[in-house]
Amino acid sequence: MDSPTRFLPRRLALGAAALSLLAASVFSQMALADVNTTGLAVTDTEVTVGQLHSATGTMAISETGSIQAERLAIEQINASGGILGRQIKIIQEDGASDWPTFAEKAKKLLVGDKVAAVFGCWTSASRKAVLPVFEKENGLLYYPTFYEGLEQSKNVIYTGQEATQQILAGLDWIAKEKGAKTFYLIGSDYIWPRTSMKIARKHIENVLGGKVVGEEYYPLGNTQFGSLINKVKLKKPDVVFTAVVGGSNVAFYKQMKAAGVTSAKQNLLTLSVTEDELLGIGGENMDGFYASMKYFQSLDNPNNKAFVEAFKAKFGKDSVIGDVTQAAYLGPWLWKAAVEKAGSFDVDKVAAASPGIELTTAPEGYVKVHDNHHLWSKTRIGQVQKDGQFKVVFESGLIEPNPFPKGYQ
Amino acid sequence: MNPTLDKFLGGKQGAIGLAVLATLILVVFPLALDAFRLNMVGKYLTYAFVAVGLVLCWGYGGILSLGQGVFFGLGGYCMAMFLKLEASDPESTKIQSTPGIPDFMDWNQITELPMLWQPFHSFGFTLLAVIAVPVILALVIGVAMFKRRVGDVYFSIVTQAIALILTVLIIGQQGLTGGVNGITDLKTLMGWDIRDDSSKMILYFINAFLLFGCILIGRFILASKLGRLLMAMRDKEERVRFSGYDVASFKIFVFCVAAAFSAIGGAMFALQVGFMSPSFVGIVPSIEMVIFAAVGGRMSLLGAVYGALLVNYGKTYFSETFPELWLYLMGGLFIAVVMYFPNGLAGLWESHGRKWLGKLARKPAAPATPAPVAEAPVASSQPRELETTP
Amino acid sequence: MEWLSEFGAIAAMQGFNGLSVFCVLLLMALGLAIIFGQMGVINMAHGEFLTIGAYTTYVVSVLTEQYAPFFGPYYFFLAIVLSFFIAGAIGWLAEWAMISKLYQRPLDTLLATWGLSLVMQQAFRSIFGAREVSATLPEWLMGSWNPTEAIDIPRNGLFVMGLTVLMTGMIFLMLYRSRWGLQVRATVQNRVMSRAVGINTKKVDRMTFALGCGVAGVAGAAFTTIGSTGPTAGSLYIVDTFLVVVFGGASSLLGTIASAFSIAQAQSLMEFFMSGSMAKVFTLSAVILILMLRPQGLFSIKVRK
Repeated sequence: MDSPTRFLPRRLALGAAALSLLAASVFSQMALADVNTTGLAVTDTEVTVGQLHSATGTMAISETGSIQAERLAIEQINASGGILGRQIKIIQEDGASDWPTFAEKAKKLLVGDKVAAVFGCWTSASRKAVLPVFEKENGLLYYPTFYEGLEQSKNVIYTGQEATQQILAGLDWIAKEKGAKTFYLIGSDYIWPRTSMKIARKHIENVLGGKVVGEEYYPLGNTQFGSLINKVKLKKPDVVFTAVVGGSNVAFYKQMKAAGVTSAKQNLLTLSVTEDELLGIGGENMDGFYASMKYFQSLDNPNNKAFVEAFKAKFGKDSVIGDVTQAAYLGPWLWKAAVEKAGSFDVDKVAAASPGIELTTAPEGYVKVHDNHHLWSKTRIGQVQKDGQFKVVFESGLIEPNPFPKGYQ
Repeated sequence: MNPTLDKFLGGKQGAIGLAVLATLILVVFPLALDAFRLNMVGKYLTYAFVAVGLVLCWGYGGILSLGQGVFFGLGGYCMAMFLKLEASDPESTKIQSTPGIPDFMDWNQITELPMLWQPFHSFGFTLLAVIAVPVILALVIGVAMFKRRVGDVYFSIVTQAIALILTVLIIGQQGLTGGVNGITDLKTLMGWDIRDDSSKMILYFINAFLLFGCILIGRFILASKLGRLLMAMRDKEERVRFSGYDVASFKIFVFCVAAAFSAIGGAMFALQVGFMSPSFVGIVPSIEMVIFAAVGGRMSLLGAVYGALLVNYGKTYFSETFPELWLYLMGGLFIAVVMYFPNGLAGLWESHGRKWLGKLARKPAAPATPAPVAEAPVASSQPRELETTP
Repeated sequence: MEWLSEFGAIAAMQGFNGLSVFCVLLLMALGLAIIFGQMGVINMAHGEFLTIGAYTTYVVSVLTEQYAPFFGPYYFFLAIVLSFFIAGAIGWLAEWAMISKLYQRPLDTLLATWGLSLVMQQAFRSIFGAREVSATLPEWLMGSWNPTEAIDIPRNGLFVMGLTVLMTGMIFLMLYRSRWGLQVRATVQNRVMSRAVGINTKKVDRMTFALGCGVAGVAGAAFTTIGSTGPTAGSLYIVDTFLVVVFGGASSLLGTIASAFSIAQAQSLMEFFMSGSMAKVFTLSAVILILMLRPQGLFSIKVRK
């Protein structure tokens, strides 16, 4: 296996061979003038894309996985013959965990480098900062993180889940499975947890007929949760529902465990702990708790096996893959499919061609781009294992993305 | 030259230094850089306002504020609130459940514009608030701290804590402030699209002229009796007090001036960058602003501008080219400047550059070119001549 | 009556929580109180010395797991001792290379150490990666102790508490009962006279700084039981720590203890009745207000200047 396709998943490699033949025969005839009418950085042999994440600063912890996944996908696409017969070249920019820097670099990529697409951003704040730039300069952004919704732009494809996709199925499951009636909502203090909890509260009160017995927000970076844990003990909710992020995550779960709040006594469902976070928290500190998202590394399907294998071969056997990392991996593939459908790199044509694009090779199984530029996807419930992985205990059907949910606003 | 003008310009050398900087900012940059890079320089120059303020209150007054981001942020938020209200007219927000209010309020189930936001419909009020809000806060802090003779280090730490409080507050009250995302997507100023290249160019020049205004005011203050008193206070506060001067009032005044400068910078930032977020208020940006002043030279108003330009350019350049190295470089630069060049670039110029230029000028027997960078009154090599005995 | 006993249990646990926050604050502040209080140096890299301790613990934990699993339950003690010496040694170096040149300019030490903290953070990132890591805790440190059915007292909280008491006691002994402590206090009060009577003030300074950093390292090791270990983990604590020291009155160890206690109790109590964010805002604002009324802090030593 010492060929250039060494990193390719086997199924992909097979397809790649076929595809490169196809590409050679069909796409190489497409003249530059036809595939690029808006002056993007496309030559006869190359197309340039941008990658915009935080390689430094506080968010580097989270964004590293996305950077790696996007690189892997682009490498695989290149090995399989590229897009429209052109190899993808990456210009990587560092947002440095600083929102104006994101806006500045986005503008550099779009105006200075004329990239055909950008894979990037992680936090809501960075996306909000670059959004006006993408709309004004007419760029195309693939955004990987699960997020709060309430947004839709023709210049953005959201490859992560919006809030209702991630939350509702999870709440339904735990209400049914554990007979949960009372919920305690806990989040870090910013827009994603607050919006998620708002949606959760409406669903619990109006649909499930349950009761929210507490709702708490702590500043980002807070490390003392003793009082909160005591309040949880006092209220004895059926379910603790959390969206705590960053360094706080580790402190929160370590202190929960130390205070005797374990899965033996308490149901807990989280939106914000992926395999990445579990590395820092330690599987033993969350053993038995549940997480609700669309992807877990342990998903048992051939696509995912190939993906995990390729990822580990490239980035080391100890690397872990979380929900966002997988969503980031989808970005370049979705873009490739849309470009080939449109027969052009022009942003308007690619954006117009995107709805309806299907990906059957996605590690999460099957995804399809909705008219609102979000993905149809399944939601899974994973149970934390001691070794830092999740055991998938539930899988929903395909859920329609609904970024502006009626009745939840 | 008449004496008042002289005070503003800082003598012949000061005038030449100013002219060189003005040529650089008003002629060289606009000609040499494309619209995108020029806008970036414009952004850097908004930090220069803060650095100029820090030269006054830290370099000359000895008051190290680690919370200048607070004033920068308040100025920026006041401006951003006005712009956001203009961007949220009922027409363009008609998909919201309550049209006519900023989008983030709608997401937070706020159904009418909060009282705090009401006055920001008026541009006149906004301009007033940009200066007044930060200055009033600075006044309160200043009166409370300086009247009670809270000294150096304590003051620094308290201002740092205030920066933290304001950040937590802004993030926590997201229905009112936009939370951690800040106030984004600002479009027009009284109907004038601020996102065009041409309007960015105009904003750049407005920004530059305001900056020079601040520098001139700073010079005037330093050339006046107040400037000499500030330096005297910094070196021997007790003696100035015993001479019958009200030390606290001078400190409060210069702290308020620095706050006002920072606020103008913040407002121009919101205009040029198109958004405002709590990440400019907190502890890290506040200390970075001190770095600008330290690198440029804490005793030089013009040096501070060069410092802000250079450090930010370095940050952009290195984070594009060697992202891994950036923090090492920044940290190393900072340590080196503080330890070995306490007067920063301006000090280096004074001690080496001028001599070198003189030599260079003598060789071809050309008339000696005077110094472009440094300030006239900089003479001491040490920023503070502290006594060795306690 | 059941309700009442439950309320009692919660009150007991909440009281313990306040104490536990107090110990965390105190442990963080101890090192700083020594450095700032005794030497007047503001060490902005204090948080990074904490992080050194945390990473040391992580490395020891990984090595133990790999090479000496039988040592597993006890590795934590070794980690604490190592943390002390490694952080102390790096502190010693920093004092030698940087701080010692800046004693005449206290505000500049603040800036230089800030630069140092940036460099250290990037060094952690280069060595250990940007991701957070987690040391495997020995079994006896996890879970809770139940004096009654309804009360859970976290064992790691108890451990941190014990460690805090031990460290505080040792520092008291060193400062007030040892020859070195005498020299430190003499140097604080009058540097020139101390030198005149034959105290090597340079050596005293270096040892004091190293000790302060070592204590920070121990705190960092202890915090792996309750918090996260990442390149920027230390910077989360820095403002709180400074406020504790300043609020207590810079050169008084007793003041530091009192201030850590009052801030912790206020914070913990308010968190019980309002959201965490607002509790933080109120606590910090209260501290600043009190500082404005009483700028010298809770306790202050009158020193003739």
